[in-house]
Amino acid sequence: MADLLLARPGYFALLLHGLGITAKLFAVSWVAAIIVASMLTAIRATSSKIAQGVIALFVEYHRNVPGLVQLFVWYFGVPQLLPRDWQRWINRNDGEFLMAAIALTLYAAAYMSEDLRSGLRSVSSGQSQAAKSLGLNYTQTMRFILLPQALRNALPALVNQTLALFKATSLAMMIGVAELMHAVRQMENETYRTFEAFIVASICYLSISYLLIYLGSVASKRVAMSKR
Amino acid sequence: MIDILRDYGLILLIGQYPQGPLGGLAMTLVLAALALIISFPLAILVGLARVSTWKPLARVAAFYVHTVRGLPLLLVVFWAYFLVPMIGGKDINATLMMLFALVAYESAYMGEIVRAGIVSLPAGQTQAARALGLSTPQIFGSVVLPQALFNMIPSILSQFVVLVKNTSLAYVIGVDELTNAAYQVNGQLLTKPFEVYGLLAISYFAICWLLGRGVSLIERRIVKKRSGAVPVTAAVSQPA
Repeated sequence: MADLLLARPGYFALLLHGLGITAKLFAVSWVAAIIVASMLTAIRATSSKIAQGVIALFVEYHRNVPGLVQLFVWYFGVPQLLPRDWQRWINRNDGEFLMAAIALTLYAAAYMSEDLRSGLRSVSSGQSQAAKSLGLNYTQTMRFILLPQALRNALPALVNQTLALFKATSLAMMIGVAELMHAVRQMENETYRTFEAFIVASICYLSISYLLIYLGSVASKRVAMSKR
Repeated sequence: MIDILRDYGLILLIGQYPQGPLGGLAMTLVLAALALIISFPLAILVGLARVSTWKPLARVAAFYVHTVRGLPLLLVVFWAYFLVPMIGGKDINATLMMLFALVAYESAYMGEIVRAGIVSLPAGQTQAARALGLSTPQIFGSVVLPQALFNMIPSILSQFVVLVKNTSLAYVIGVDELTNAAYQVNGQLLTKPFEVYGLLAISYFAICWLLGRGVSLIERRIVKKRSGAVPVTAAVSQPA
């Protein structure tokens, strides 16, 4: 017991730093993904065939391409298309984190928008008719009447996507974001204490996953109660 | 993009084969197919264990499933990279390690599909079988599983799409599959990352989209064939 990996100088701090980055990446992407997914769902529900087609393609792309490849496209590929100044700005401002956050946001938003869409379908049509007769316009109806109910219907599926997004943050390691998995790999490389390092990583990921599942079930219960 | 395909298309498609080991897209599909074939019987065992009335067995299975579902696949891959050589010797192939990781991961998810398939059968089936005097192995072997598995065909086939996407992580431990091939091509070209990774994304998109279409065609057939019985679709959503 005298020589625990995490008791070595600097390693606990390294782990905490990794956890912090993972939490930040997850939180930023999650919030952004919910917003993007809501917008995609609202736009897709309009009668514009072009908008529907574009969003359907967006969703299919993100569902059929591995998350890792999406990350590579954003990190290695997209900067090539941008002007020099932008590239420099990205490199100076933690480009790895930025690109990982963008990729994960779009990835999760595509899945979430599908869930929201089926949640929206189960909101009764009387709701939008009532909203219209009260004089609300399309955006208001969506924002205040339909999307909140769709969100509620889709909650169990959204909890699953949330968990998937959290696990997908580990992919950011592959483009050099210093998140949890990256920190654990660093510990392992420096000490060759592979078993311990991976156990630490597993415990961290499992406890956060379970926490998310628990929060999801609490949220589901709340929603069920307020539904009458 | 066309010139990349002309110069490196073959490497992306089959790797160094036949001069060297199989790689590229062929390796991706072989890995995914092998993982599906090996996971399937294991998943049936996991699913049966999950619904077992013998509590310790059900608990062990539940622990396995919940653990795997709470971990990122990347970590499972690293675990396999560390553990498999300890069991199978130092000079074990990275492809085998990846296969191990995919099977360990997939059996849990597919096991949940099997469980959902079993649970969603009407209780009357088991009751009737029991009333006819069948033993528990007979009930599962000739009444429950045949029906449950038939209903599950679409969900299990759609796991193949998930597996194809999941093989991309094999790149991390140096398995020569599609993502790895693209990474190497990018390393040789250096100046065209957008084209190379765009091509990679399009390749995955085309394969997975076509596979997904195929699955939904089969699904429609099954629904038609058993109109009335609801197929177990997306019982466990596992985006990757």
